[in-house]
Amino acid sequence: MTDLEKHGDDQHGDDHGTPDDAQGRLPAMTGGYLPVEEPIANPGLPEHTWRPTDVDEGAAKRAERQVSLMFLLSGVCTVLFVVAYFTLDIGDNWTTFGGLGASTLFLGLTLGGALLLIGVGIIQWARKLMADHEIVEMRHPARSSDEDRETTAAVLQTGLEESGLGKHSMIRRTLLLSTGLLAAPAVILLRDLGPSPASVANAEEGTGLKHTFWGTGDRIRVVRDVVGTPIRPADLQIGDLVNGVPDGLLELEGIELQVAKAKAAVIMVKMEPREITPGPGREDWSVDGVICYSKICSHVGCPISLYERTTHHVLCPCHQSTFDLADSAKVVFGPAGRPLPQLHLGVDDEGYLVAEGDFTEPVGPSFWDREK
Amino acid sequence: MSIDTSKVADSNATSAAKASKPSKAGAVATWADDRLGLAGAMKKNLRKVFPDHWSFMLGEIALWSFVVVLLTGVFLTFWYVPSMGEVEYQGSYDPLRGVHMSEAYASTLHLSFDVRGGLLLRQMHHWAAMIFIASMMIHLLRVWFTGAFRKPRELNWVIGCLLLFLGTLEGFTGYSLPDDLLSGTGIRAADGFLKATPVVGSYMSFFLFGGEFPGESIIPRLYTIHVLLIPGLLVALVAAHMLLLVYHKHTQWPGPGRTNDNVVGYPMLPVYAAKAGGFFFIVFGVVAIMGATMTINGVWKFGPYDPTKVTAGSQPDWYMGWPDGLLRVIPGWESVIGGYTISWNVMIPILITPPALLVLLIMLPFIDQWITKDKRDHHLLQRPRDAPTRTAIMVALMTFYGLAWAAGGNDIIAIKLHLSINQITYFMRGALFIGPVIAFIITRRWCISLQRHDREKLLHGYETGVIMRSPDGGYSERHLPISESEAYRLTARDREKVFTADGRIDENGVAAPGGRLDGVRAKLSTLMYADNIQKPTRAELEEAHHHAEHEKALTAALTGHAADGHQFDGKRPVDDEALRGD
Ligand code: HEM
Ligand code: FES
Repeated sequence: MTDLEKHGDDQHGDDHGTPDDAQGRLPAMTGGYLPVEEPIANPGLPEHTWRPTDVDEGAAKRAERQVSLMFLLSGVCTVLFVVAYFTLDIGDNWTTFGGLGASTLFLGLTLGGALLLIGVGIIQWARKLMADHEIVEMRHPARSSDEDRETTAAVLQTGLEESGLGKHSMIRRTLLLSTGLLAAPAVILLRDLGPSPASVANAEEGTGLKHTFWGTGDRIRVVRDVVGTPIRPADLQIGDLVNGVPDGLLELEGIELQVAKAKAAVIMVKMEPREITPGPGREDWSVDGVICYSKICSHVGCPISLYERTTHHVLCPCHQSTFDLADSAKVVFGPAGRPLPQLHLGVDDEGYLVAEGDFTEPVGPSFWDREK
Repeated sequence: MSIDTSKVADSNATSAAKASKPSKAGAVATWADDRLGLAGAMKKNLRKVFPDHWSFMLGEIALWSFVVVLLTGVFLTFWYVPSMGEVEYQGSYDPLRGVHMSEAYASTLHLSFDVRGGLLLRQMHHWAAMIFIASMMIHLLRVWFTGAFRKPRELNWVIGCLLLFLGTLEGFTGYSLPDDLLSGTGIRAADGFLKATPVVGSYMSFFLFGGEFPGESIIPRLYTIHVLLIPGLLVALVAAHMLLLVYHKHTQWPGPGRTNDNVVGYPMLPVYAAKAGGFFFIVFGVVAIMGATMTINGVWKFGPYDPTKVTAGSQPDWYMGWPDGLLRVIPGWESVIGGYTISWNVMIPILITPPALLVLLIMLPFIDQWITKDKRDHHLLQRPRDAPTRTAIMVALMTFYGLAWAAGGNDIIAIKLHLSINQITYFMRGALFIGPVIAFIITRRWCISLQRHDREKLLHGYETGVIMRSPDGGYSERHLPISESEAYRLTARDREKVFTADGRIDENGVAAPGGRLDGVRAKLSTLMYADNIQKPTRAELEEAHHHAEHEKALTAALTGHAADGHQFDGKRPVDDEALRGD
């Protein structure tokens, strides 16, 4: 204790000193910590208080038994874990208890119990039985001593001189240049992570940022997503919404299907023809009140889904951009910056709805040269 | 009561204890030291002193949950297949049998339904990841509010911020791996973010996805990032964080015997190591129980990713919520300049604000230091109230974060509270700017009031709740002095002085350069310090105590009387004493 009190009191004065660079010279620059006499002297570390387990043999024994019991119970939990692993089924029975699988539940509870009991036991041991005397250590500044600094600086200087790096400036510069250039391979090697947008662009195949599957053929039918059946305008009631894809797209497989779908998916709705305010030049883009837009949000590309038939508004579930389908899918609310691209609809000889060509603008999120 | 105190050390001895009989452990230690020579380094560090306070546990939770995440993650890699190849699901989960999906999703289902303990580990991994990120955030707040980031610990603050950033990124990549509908929606949005980048956006998207979205490369690439790249960086940074912690020694709260020059606490061996080690098991155990009882990310519910499907209320993990909120409330600003599209509606909330806030967070200690011009080492913690402006800055940032986060759930708020999404959005647009300002003002004032209260306590004692009536009918509350250690604790803080620019004149009477910045600094310093309540000087304290003596003399008749005030502060038993009239 004596040693604590000494530090406590002695050191006390200096910890409220002035910043070393400011003293005297620039009175107003102290940023301000003035060494005013401290109102209360440091009373020093209080007397250690002993725990019952330090002074009472019985209490210590009791604590010892508690801790051991926890470790034993932990072992029991582990045994139960093994039992649960080998006896409880998974697979079909994954909602046995309140929607949780029996296996998952018991494995987790027994594992948790085993771990918690060890943890609580160790902490109880530390709190009750290990010496709990606080000890004091002096701090040292993080910086090295001036002497060390000077020595190191001198060593560095010697190294610098012996290498001649300062003298041979041509070596220095060419070395810098050559190592700097090595950044190029590191970056260049990443180039083949993917093709450039321009190199994959192909209108006939519907690839690239500006083309979709709709442009891969002449007057492609709009078919229902999943089932693939073509649609006549008369099949739809006022207020219906159909998720459509181009005919033929569903024959694709795997990634090709995903890529094509991510651009070509459309929503088609039917409303009273007089309710439609066609965009300029788009007077004949709808058929009998059936009007068709890209399903891919012009914000960051979520598929749009929630349609409200009375207002003709469709809402993107991701960030709630709202588009008015009766009015060229203009943005009426939310973060999207552009209307949904519209698909020019027509009907073929058999009366089925078809696209009169690809979208006239890129679908989905904006990108730098989308207007080019 | 006689106690054998010889068995406990009260400081770290510098000379070795008497040699005793060689033990088994001793033999092992000798074998190891003959080869590694670690005893020299260990002798100091094994008894390293760690101060104790509940708030120091927050960082520990982060550390241990990170360990749990590493352990469970390794297990997951044994079954998870990072491939976007298409397969037909034939596992145990009936509703999806026969559905075409990516191998990644199928293996996640396999892990959840056909591997014993697989679902448990998946859920433990996810819960531990959330605890990891949440505890890092709260730990960061603790460090800021107590001033633990000050010199010499600024670098550990920077490392901590990077850990938080990388942890968040790691969480996002992990969340994307199952390749279910929700994670695919997240990736789809990420594609939109990349494309919004000026000039190179569409290239970045094509390179990341290996072609057009979604391509077949994104899952394997995210996998490498998730299990190798970021964990490697995280482990290195955590190690650096811990090394610096040990090197600087932990900060401590001021108090009797605890100064800026010492550190008082338990030695690492055995008490601190036992407590910390035990705590690891507790964190691990709690995660196991969470994984057992709380379903998280039930990937089977939504089916495989399909670019034309989305579920209402689809949201990222909570720590990604705040940029998502900003993304929701931003107006639809997009401009076309010279034929090129600039998507402000994506750039501001995603590409500009979060990185800018990260940089601000990293810079905070340096900004603080620039304003206070305080270059000394600080090892004593400050109470939040003792740095009102600093505390208020963080509360303002927290308010911004909280509002943005709430905006990320605007659809859920709208449904729960029967409000319109539009109203919530308009409200948030204003609140994001006004809220932090209000929070700043209130917090700062609040802290200053608390400081004033502390000063009152020091000068006039604490309020006993005893009301006294003077002979001429006035009422006053009786105050009693606080204990010496309490008083010391309240005064163990710096005395601040506002920086003034006009005084910056050098010896020759010429105004020094850099005067303009000094003006700014003086204003900031005024904001920082001018309204703070400083602790009383010794003279003030003596004067106040003198006054108290005087008052005591006046009420001397009461001392020792039933109602001297100490009955109500729990400092004295009140068995035989009763208030008059009781
Ligand atoms: C700070 C570190 C980490 C965080 C925050 C994190 C986060 C996540 C999250 C949120 C998931 C989604 C879990 C789900 O619900 O399915 C995940 C999945 C996964 N993580 Fe981690 N993780 C971390 C480290 C690791 C490490 C070190 C490994 C392996 C060495 C790993 C391996 C995996 C694997 C294989 C999956 C996919 C499992 C599946 O979805 O079925 N993670 N991670
Ligand atoms: S993706 Fe539709 S609103 Fe953001």
